[in-house]
Amino acid sequence: MSDTLLARSADALFWLARYVERAENLARILDVNDTFSRDRAGGQNWLSIVQLHAEEEGFFARHSIASAASVLGFYVIDPTNPSSIASAVRAARENARTLRPLISTEMWVQLNMFHSRMAALGPADLAPGRLSPLFAWIKEACQLHTGITEGTFYRDQGWYFYQLGRYLERADQTTRLLDIKYHVLLPDPRDHGSPVDVSQWNALLRSAAGYHAYRRLHATGITPRQVAGFLLLNRRFPRSVYLCVREAELLLAELKARYGLRRGNEAAEQLDGLRALLSGVGIGEILVQGLHEFLDLVQQRLNLLGEALGTGFFGYPGGPPPEFPISPLGPSSGPPAPAQ
Amino acid sequence: MILSDYAAPGYYCEMTDTAAAAPVRERLAALSIEALHRRAAAAEAELYNLGITFTVYSDKDAIDRILPFDVIPRVLSATEWRQIETGVIQRVAALNLLLADLYHGQRILKDGVLPADLILGHAQFRPEMQGIDLPHGTYVHICGTDIIRDTDGSFLVLEDNARTPSGVSYVIENRHMMLRAFPDLVDGVALRPIDTYGLQLLAALRETAPRTEGDPAVVLLSPGSYNSAFFEHVFLAREMGVPLVEGRDLVVEDERVYMRTTGGLAPVDAIYRRINDDFLDPEVFRPDSALGVPGLMRAYRAGNVSLANAVGTGVADDKAVYAYMPRIIRYYLGQDPILPNVETHLCREPEGLAYTLDHLDQLVVKPVGEAGGYGITIGPRASRAELGACRDRLLADPANYISQPCISLSVSPTLVGGQVAPRHVDLRPFAITGAKTWVLPGGLTRVALREGSLIVNSSQGGGSKDTWVLE
Repeated sequence: MSDTLLARSADALFWLARYVERAENLARILDVNDTFSRDRAGGQNWLSIVQLHAEEEGFFARHSIASAASVLGFYVIDPTNPSSIASAVRAARENARTLRPLISTEMWVQLNMFHSRMAALGPADLAPGRLSPLFAWIKEACQLHTGITEGTFYRDQGWYFYQLGRYLERADQTTRLLDIKYHVLLPDPRDHGSPVDVSQWNALLRSAAGYHAYRRLHATGITPRQVAGFLLLNRRFPRSVYLCVREAELLLAELKARYGLRRGNEAAEQLDGLRALLSGVGIGEILVQGLHEFLDLVQQRLNLLGEALGTGFFGYPGGPPPEFPISPLGPSSGPPAPAQ
Repeated sequence: MILSDYAAPGYYCEMTDTAAAAPVRERLAALSIEALHRRAAAAEAELYNLGITFTVYSDKDAIDRILPFDVIPRVLSATEWRQIETGVIQRVAALNLLLADLYHGQRILKDGVLPADLILGHAQFRPEMQGIDLPHGTYVHICGTDIIRDTDGSFLVLEDNARTPSGVSYVIENRHMMLRAFPDLVDGVALRPIDTYGLQLLAALRETAPRTEGDPAVVLLSPGSYNSAFFEHVFLAREMGVPLVEGRDLVVEDERVYMRTTGGLAPVDAIYRRINDDFLDPEVFRPDSALGVPGLMRAYRAGNVSLANAVGTGVADDKAVYAYMPRIIRYYLGQDPILPNVETHLCREPEGLAYTLDHLDQLVVKPVGEAGGYGITIGPRASRAELGACRDRLLADPANYISQPCISLSVSPTLVGGQVAPRHVDLRPFAITGAKTWVLPGGLTRVALREGSLIVNSSQGGGSKDTWVLE
């Protein structure tokens, strides 16, 4: 009995990890954008956040301009925006609620309180002086979740699916971040000789929590090529796409071997292919071939991997996994049976 | 002093009318009302953080509510508990014998002890159960018996809940809360422990599984996370260490039940279901049910899976059948009931109808088929016109009604609005039956928080208390 795991629970664990990772990444990006991303005229580019999520349509249906207030409201507290931190935390908490027989009480209580505080935030909490502590708290709450999970979550099958979710989401977030920022930040080719805006590249590294690690590796300077190579291919940086893919590959192999799971070969093949893709080339070649095209390919393969996990383990009939396995509101099926 | 201004004239008080509660009264006296308040507020906040909540859904919001928790415990002496425990065991034994008989030879109907039309025409009577033999003859694996106390302190059974009684999670969480918030109140008081509920439940489910060798695979079947009792489903699955499944996680193949796991289909032997009969299997019951498992009844009838509680137990906990419980106990067990019923007049019997019509202004008249307090006429509070309408309904369809005297429920000191005042309480002990019956010491004490109210249901302003059974 203890060796089995409901397909639906595996799915919920996978998404629990993804939503917390997503909330943390978004908090990082918004925090860095608020603090470090000013251009030489002192302006901030909030539109790039919307572009990062490819959500111009949804955003501009609600807001006319991409100002600090509108973008922050949309991505931090808006419960109707499925990409907001509040929505990610709510979805994480709803998944955790169905998982309570499997996760530790500490994991549940912390997520439950995190969600209560997130849901209580209003526009006044996004005032300029309050943002930095707010993002610090959100990041810490996500890291607290990670730490509690590390220290209390029983390491059977469920733990592997949780970890797979975390690395998949992290790889996805890093590719998105690199994709949008690289092109926004590259100097205009017509403007030869203009210096690279070092502070902007530093900000990109800080978004991925990679600034200090990068400095240790490349003490002499900062080039777009080296930053892209670091975020994509570095073997030791915990948020590099390569490391996430490699960890996921090890996790899946161990999961299949330890629990005798016959399914999931397609997911293993996807991971194998992804790692081959990331090991076989240097950053120079990638840039020559086109960074965007390369990142696009990685993202497509990450999506296929998610689908393969869904059909292999989570009981999806096929097709892409739903963005919200648990709808945040309303009954999913039928009338509830009245309790006696 | 917390109890210095407290008085409950005219009612039996669970705290002040019993010598057994003296040690608790002394410890309470050492606390100030402010301290009581402070700790009660902290306890309430903790219930939210722990998510010991039920969720109320509206069109656009999901609001988490807690079952209000009163920090002053309700105390039962060892002697009082012995009567309740033996009385509940006796009642559960009679209910199981009744159900086994109704779904086999129907001896009790042939002997004229129970009217056949009352049973065979009952909406909860399930002909699908006819002739099915259940391990140990156990139909009611989990029973909640609602018990009240009259002004003289005597215990009376108000109703049996033999379908899917809920509330046991609050019993255990309330105890944990008390131990955290009031260690000084518990210190030196010998309480019967209640931590073994999950183990007892799992053992009973395994004993009554179709195969008992090895470890029968037990699951808890819940309608899902939107059900108001979902917290309790989570709690029980955790306490038993079994998977918490929904209908969509289960599948029936070749009259065997399986759950969908990461490694494919895994067999299921025993199901503790928290879904009513109607929703259990769309092939047999409500075809529109998305909560159930198609084919479950085929697997059940083939003896490949057990269900707790069994299908069709609802016929035994109905208000009219309740009135026959003293006779049912005598019929099957040859014993007098240890816990009496509230005196009940069956209007389907001529003498019951005549008595009811003669004393209409003193009685509570209840329709047998309704739940949730609908259609009840409370004689002493009814107008002349209401009594007249009640009389007309009784004469038109006497079999649909029972009548009972108004009982003054016992009270317990309760923290309300900055003071401690008497509030009415009832008690729901939980009995688990596999090969034999075990009763969780104490049970759920529900308290009507509104002054004068006799309605303890959580939907109508009810809360709960920790129930202490002393050694």
